Amino acid sequence: MSDVAFLVITVVKIVVVFTAIMVGVALLTLAERRICAWMQDRLGPNRVGPQGLLQPAADGLKNILKEETLPAQADKLLFLLAPAISFVPALLTFAVIPFGAPLHTKWGDIPLVVADLPVGFLYILAISSLGVYGITLAGWSSNNKYSLLGGLRAAAQMISYEIAMGMSAVAVLLIAGNVTLSDVVARQATGTPLTWNVVPLALGFLIFLVAAFAETNRLPFDLPEAEGELIAGYHTEYSAMKFSMFYIAEYSNMVTASALMTTLFFGGWDIPFTTWDNTAPWTLLKTIASVAMFGAKVGFFLFLYIWVRWTLPRFRYDQLMALGWRVMLPLALVYLTVIATAIWYLHERLGWVYDARFALALGAVNVALAVPLFFVLDRGRLVSGSVAREGA
Amino acid sequence: MLRPYLPFLLLLLFVVANAAGMIGLSHLVGPKRPTPLKDAPYESGMPPLGSARERFSIKFYLVAMLFIVFDIETVFLIPWGTIYFGGAGGALRMGFLLVEMLVFLAILGVGYVYVWKRGALQWD
Repeated sequence: MSDVAFLVITVVKIVVVFTAIMVGVALLTLAERRICAWMQDRLGPNRVGPQGLLQPAADGLKNILKEETLPAQADKLLFLLAPAISFVPALLTFAVIPFGAPLHTKWGDIPLVVADLPVGFLYILAISSLGVYGITLAGWSSNNKYSLLGGLRAAAQMISYEIAMGMSAVAVLLIAGNVTLSDVVARQATGTPLTWNVVPLALGFLIFLVAAFAETNRLPFDLPEAEGELIAGYHTEYSAMKFSMFYIAEYSNMVTASALMTTLFFGGWDIPFTTWDNTAPWTLLKTIASVAMFGAKVGFFLFLYIWVRWTLPRFRYDQLMALGWRVMLPLALVYLTVIATAIWYLHERLGWVYDARFALALGAVNVALAVPLFFVLDRGRLVSGSVAREGA
Repeated sequence: MLRPYLPFLLLLLFVVANAAGMIGLSHLVGPKRPTPLKDAPYESGMPPLGSARERFSIKFYLVAMLFIVFDIETVFLIPWGTIYFGGAGGALRMGFLLVEMLVFLAILGVGYVYVWKRGALQWD
């Protein structure tokens, strides 16, 4: 592919992916309100456009036209920069996630990923942790006590769960043998969903899922903006488009986290039970089918986010930190050790190559680990409820 | 060699331009009618008491320090993880890589137990 063609295709991909995320975020805000309404047996926004479909557009327009406030004694520069600092990384992270089979054109096969960086997963860890600066600076610069507490809480929470998130992803790298996400997808696509990493690394997926909820500040971990105690947390003082940008950042972080769970543990764009979609020659039909599959998987995780929101109550802050440091971190360490030992035993001692049987054997190890784990968690010693505290 | 990174640079420019555009547009279009009351920090409708630039709990600082230690350990684990299955193309035995990492994690585990026993993970 010539340099000019590469540049043109890259620009087209960037614009398409950016637009897709922005539209996706807009629809997600509507979907969240509609699903919340459905779960609470009410109607939700249904007046602007058919089924309320134009509601996000109306909200966006309103946010542009609203007055911007600047609290007295706020740090003006940081107050202005903070929304941008949380908006930019949120929209950058999606760049390395492959979202479909290569698109066949007369200029050659185009891989459907904005930037297939050789550092793949490291890029996601690096860029997504930049988002914490935006939230913390927003909280600090507002000169509002609630904002400050929200910002501090967000910083402590996000960095605590990032460790567990990184460690559980190392288990994926053990099996993939590469940090490039397109290779992670290719390793899982063998024609059977048994080799999707969620089978050999079920417990790792659980750790990653919990950490992803904490990283995106969603319930049951939404303490940075706990409305009952902190008004709106770090964005209490923000209005108009600056508020909207925090909102977009939060929702696009949800989209990226869902896409990441799909890619690392659920085979990415792989269609289960067939190798038709993973083999050349590439056709338009394969691309459309695999992108639709990817969308369906990501959509499921986004629904899970909203579903969990109305299922679990918010954690208390000491419970949140105890769960992060006393459960997730040692669990991720022990888990990595056990999985590495199991892979060594199966591969070196028994001479198995990685296939569905290998994955199932690792899955059995996960089940064996899960039983004592949930038994210990159930005793309430590490993460204690309020009843146990009052008795002590 | 740097070609895969070019799309990232373009995307960065595009997203930053969008962020600047959004803030700028809203700044130009929105009305500006500030009043002293409107500019006061929101404290549930009460007049704000003191400044928010107060001292805060040392615990947050401690968490940040612990994070640096454990996050660097995670970053060290990633290159190991990528060569483990297959033993660096046969250059190293898988058993050797396993023992190497167990030693590393054992040292990390001692530090973790120390931190726990000193009460650094206790959030009261």
